[in-house]
Amino acid sequence: MATENSEYTLPHLMVTAAAREIADGEVIFVGMRLPMLGFFLAKSTHAPNAVGVYELGIVRDTVAPEPILTMGDLPNLCRAQWLADTADLMGLLQQGLVDASFIGGAQVDRFGNLNTTYIGDIENPGTRLPGSGGACDLASLGKRHIIIMAHERHRFVPRVDYITSPGYGDGAGWRRQVGLPRGGPSAVITTRGILRFDPDTCEMMLASLHPGVTVDEVLANTGWPLRVAGELSRTPAPEEAELAMLRRFDPKGYWTGA
Amino acid sequence: MTKAPEETQTKKISLSQAIARFVPDDSAVVMGTAQETLIPFAAGHEMIRQRKRDLTLIGPISDILFDQLVGGRCVRKIRAGWVGNVITGSGYNFRRAAENRTIEIEDHSNLTLSMGLRAAAMGVSFMPTRTALGSDLYKTNSSLKTMTCPFTGNTLTAVAAIRPDVAIIHVQRSDEYGNAHVWGNLGITREACLASQSIIITAEEIVSSDVITSDPNRVITPGFRVSAVVHAPWGAHPSPVPGCYNRDHEAFIAYRTASKTPEAFADWQARQVDAVHNSDDYLALLGKERTHGLALKHHVISEETDYGY
Repeated sequence: MATENSEYTLPHLMVTAAAREIADGEVIFVGMRLPMLGFFLAKSTHAPNAVGVYELGIVRDTVAPEPILTMGDLPNLCRAQWLADTADLMGLLQQGLVDASFIGGAQVDRFGNLNTTYIGDIENPGTRLPGSGGACDLASLGKRHIIIMAHERHRFVPRVDYITSPGYGDGAGWRRQVGLPRGGPSAVITTRGILRFDPDTCEMMLASLHPGVTVDEVLANTGWPLRVAGELSRTPAPEEAELAMLRRFDPKGYWTGA
Repeated sequence: MTKAPEETQTKKISLSQAIARFVPDDSAVVMGTAQETLIPFAAGHEMIRQRKRDLTLIGPISDILFDQLVGGRCVRKIRAGWVGNVITGSGYNFRRAAENRTIEIEDHSNLTLSMGLRAAAMGVSFMPTRTALGSDLYKTNSSLKTMTCPFTGNTLTAVAAIRPDVAIIHVQRSDEYGNAHVWGNLGITREACLASQSIIITAEEIVSSDVITSDPNRVITPGFRVSAVVHAPWGAHPSPVPGCYNRDHEAFIAYRTASKTPEAFADWQARQVDAVHNSDDYLALLGKERTHGLALKHHVISEETDYGY
């Protein structure tokens, strides 16, 4: 893919889309991989006053002084705003003081429930995945969360095999009914487009197509009859300035290479 | 009257003695509590060398250490939030064992694990939280129950107390009585120490008690709760240790291939664990070029703090 002047990769497009989900001044629970780069990009462009919370016990309001690959890399601790206990940061989340978080997944369903634990039957699993980490907490307690994942038919299923991180359960009203205090997924950024949730039914809808992707291609890679928003938009390509930033944050292309 | 440090018995012993004495077969061990930093790899490798069996491992997001212990056939049960390789994804020994059902797994989130340890640390039978409601963690974790808040009537998750037999904590520096300084992100380290019956400290450096008492806010847990202190330089490699060394990304990336099949893992264990007997062996294996490459290049020294009166 290319802008007028420069080539970009699919991860570049997804990171840029993730950054645009962050508003200035928000408190963001920052996840690994693309979300971390998305947070750095937002901080360096339209959201300079966003604050980053990292579950291992870091709060920082600046981008790490050197490129990092994982959130525990020492540059991410250096001159942090606060180094603390995981439970302190989970407390911020549980009180409702975190605006948004980002999580990845292996399997998602039409109501945004996410599975990173078992594919197949629990008693006789086909695949065992790493598990929740903090993802269940972010999905349960944040004001909203954004899901980032590959858009394949075997991953976009009518009903996940295991709810690791709760979305809207079986539809409107479910979160309140099970006792969750707030929140739910606001967007799913995939390798093919961006999906959002109908405010009335809580069902996932296609909202934006990435450059070069067709509606049919998205439908063919979704395991239920996906609704398409009336006003379908086209995901904007990253701007030159954004690409320059991303090359600085991930100079070797470990996360954003082709 | 409290004893002067000179009269207090030292707790400093070798790593092999500490693991032999305080980690018997069938014990429940909490480790990797700072999450991605300060992971006690040297202690974990000694557990593999001593062919520990039937351990229960407790931790938040074990970054390859739990996978190595599963591969070393030391583990019967895991109570954790996440088991894998942070930079590459899956942990293959863990995955094989889970799919073949040779280990038992209690699925936590990072918050439920912290709350379970905090309950034990506070001496109560459970802690309430609002996470995990409606999730399937309830199906694979019998330590979680829903309850009704007696004050608000809201539904809450109750997490049963988790009381490990031993916590293994890697630190930057400790005196020989177990008073240890840790700086950096703390993860669930404080509640893990308070909840555990005994504590093994592995330290980059053994220092005098004067160094430690000059800054008591930096002490991770009071020394009277600690059972053993081990001098273990580079004992958290390849994870990072603030003030000491950076994360060795290449080692984590290489481990992905090294754990992909049981045969590859056996070869990795023979070279990286069984052929190593102490930190000198391990440093020789790493080589000077590698340790130099991981050393801090940019120092930021904190301002002095006056605790005087």
